[in-house]
Amino acid sequence: MVRGARSKMDQVTATVLENRFVASSVYRLRIEAPAIARVVRPGQFLMLRVGQTLDPLLRRPFSIHAVHDSRTVDILYRVVGKGTNLLTAIKKGGKLDIVGPLGRGFSWREDLPSLFVAGGMGIAPLFFLAQIITQNGTGAKTSVLIGARNKIELLCVKELKAMGLQVEAATEDGSAGKRGLVTDLLTRKIITSRPVLYTCGPYPMLRAVAHLAREHGLSCQVSLESFMACGLGACLGCVAEMRNGDLVRVCKEGPVFDAYEVAWK
Amino acid sequence: MKKTRPDLSVRIGLLRLQNPVLTASGTFGYGQEYAGLVDLNRLGGIIVKGLSLQPRPGNMPPRTVETPCGLLNAIGLQNVGVENFIADKLPFLRNLSIPVIVNILGQDIKEYRKLAERLSSVEGIAALEVNISCPNVKAGGVVFGTDYKAAARVTRAVRAAAELPIIVKLSPNVTDIVNIARAVEEAGADAVSLINTLTGMAIDVETRRPKLHNVTGGLSGPAIKPVALRMVWQVAGAVKIPVIGCGGIMTAADALEFLIAGACAVQVGTANFVNPRATMEIISGIEEYLVRHNFKDVKSLVGSLIL
Repeated sequence: MVRGARSKMDQVTATVLENRFVASSVYRLRIEAPAIARVVRPGQFLMLRVGQTLDPLLRRPFSIHAVHDSRTVDILYRVVGKGTNLLTAIKKGGKLDIVGPLGRGFSWREDLPSLFVAGGMGIAPLFFLAQIITQNGTGAKTSVLIGARNKIELLCVKELKAMGLQVEAATEDGSAGKRGLVTDLLTRKIITSRPVLYTCGPYPMLRAVAHLAREHGLSCQVSLESFMACGLGACLGCVAEMRNGDLVRVCKEGPVFDAYEVAWK
Repeated sequence: MKKTRPDLSVRIGLLRLQNPVLTASGTFGYGQEYAGLVDLNRLGGIIVKGLSLQPRPGNMPPRTVETPCGLLNAIGLQNVGVENFIADKLPFLRNLSIPVIVNILGQDIKEYRKLAERLSSVEGIAALEVNISCPNVKAGGVVFGTDYKAAARVTRAVRAAAELPIIVKLSPNVTDIVNIARAVEEAGADAVSLINTLTGMAIDVETRRPKLHNVTGGLSGPAIKPVALRMVWQVAGAVKIPVIGCGGIMTAADALEFLIAGACAVQVGTANFVNPRATMEIISGIEEYLVRHNFKDVKSLVGSLIL
C-alpha cells in the first residue's frame, strides 16, 4: 500500500499560469510551484492567501486537483464567498503566497480495483489520486462514480475518460447520466467487485458512502472538509469527531480518514 | 560611519528576551507546528497553548469562524494536559535557545497552584503565563479574570507556588481593566499581558443558528487592535510592572504602536495563521524602524508616545 504520508511543507510564492473559468461558478487555477509539485501527494492541500487584505483575513484551504511535470499544480475551486471571489480576479503572471503541502493524503492500493465516489467539487482531490494511480498503471480496474446537481456542474468527466477510466454519472435534475444521487450508482454489481473506495463530496454523501462501505466490509477512505484558520495543526479549529470520541484535526490527522474511524452524525 | 545595530532585547522582570516579539498562546501550538516555516530561535520567546492539569478535549465543532478582519474562536482549551506536555512537547522546546513560556489554566485555585508547582519543578521553562481570561470554558478562566479579588487570589496562589516569573493574561471583557491589572500587580505578578480575545458571536441567517457550536467565542485579529492598544496604554500608565501587548498585531507597524503605547513586549497571535512568517517580518521591521529613527535600543521606544 502506498501510504498517504505527509510531505515537507513550505511557504512559497507561486506564479499563476492560468486562472480559467470552467463552468457554473467553478474555476481552475494553475500555478507554477515546483517545491510543492515535487513532493505533494494525493489528498493533501494548500493554504492559499488570496491577497494582502485584512478582510478576508485568513488563508483558504484548497485540495490539490492535479500535478503536471513536477512543476505545476492545479486547484479546482468554486466561488463561494469573499475569498474565492477575490481569487477569480488574479491573472496570469500574478503571484500567490502558498503554504503547503499540508495534511495527510490518501493511502492507496494499486493492485486492487479502485472506485472513486465524487460529489460536486469532491472530484477535485480524487482527480489527482486517479492521475497517480493510472500513471503507475498496474492494470487493476479503476472506476469513477460522479454526481452533481446538473450537467453543467458535472466536472472532469471528459478528462477522466481520457485517462482510460470508466465513468458513471448521476445528476439531481437528470440533465446528464442517471437522475438521482451519486450513491444510487453504487450498485450491487459494483460492490461485488470488492473495490477500495475513495470518496469526497458533501457530508451527507460521504456518510452514505461510509455506511455502505461498512455494510459490505469495503475499505473506504474519505476526504473531509472543514473550516480552517491555520492548516498547520496549531489553532485546533478544524477538528472532527472520531468514533472513539477523539476530536482530531482535519488539517493534520486528515483531511483523509479511514471512513470507519469517523463519527458520522 | 557604520552604525551599530540597535539592541532589541527587553526585560520582563527577571526574564530577558532577545527581542520583544513573542507568540501568543493558542496560535502557535507547542512550537513544533511552525518549525518548518519559522526560525524559532529568532523569536523573543514562545508562549505555548494553554495547559490544564488534565488533558481537555475542547469544544465540539464548529470552533472557528471568520468575521470581517477577525477570527472568532471557541476552541475550549483543547490541550494535552501538563504531564503529556512535559513528556512529549517540552523536549523539543527545551532544545531551542529562546525562552519558553507556558500558559496555564485551572478550574479552581488549587489547580492553578498545582500547575505552577509542577511546571516549576522541570527544566526548560522560563516563565508562566496565568490565563484568567479564556472566554470559552465554563469553569475557570475568565471567571477569575473579571473579578479583581478573584484575579488577585489566583495570582497570589501561583506566586506562592511558582519559582518562575509570572505573567497574568488579562481579559478585555471587563468594565475596568486597570482595576484588574493593579490587583494582580499588588498580588505579586511580574508582568501582565493583554488583551485576550473579546467575546463575540456570529449567526448564520439562512439557518438562524449560531456559527459556533459554543454559540459565543473570542474575537481576535486586526478587528480588535484599537481596543487592545487603548487598554495597553491605560494599563501601562497605571502599573509599574511590565506590560506585554497583544491583540491584532499583523505587522511591525502594529507592534510598534503597542511599544510606543507602553508595552515592553508584544505577542503575535492570529497573524501566525495568516502569515506563518509574521513574527520574523515583525522582528526585522522593528529593527529597521529603530535604525531609521535613531533609537539605540527598543527600551527607549517603549512608552514614548507623544501627547
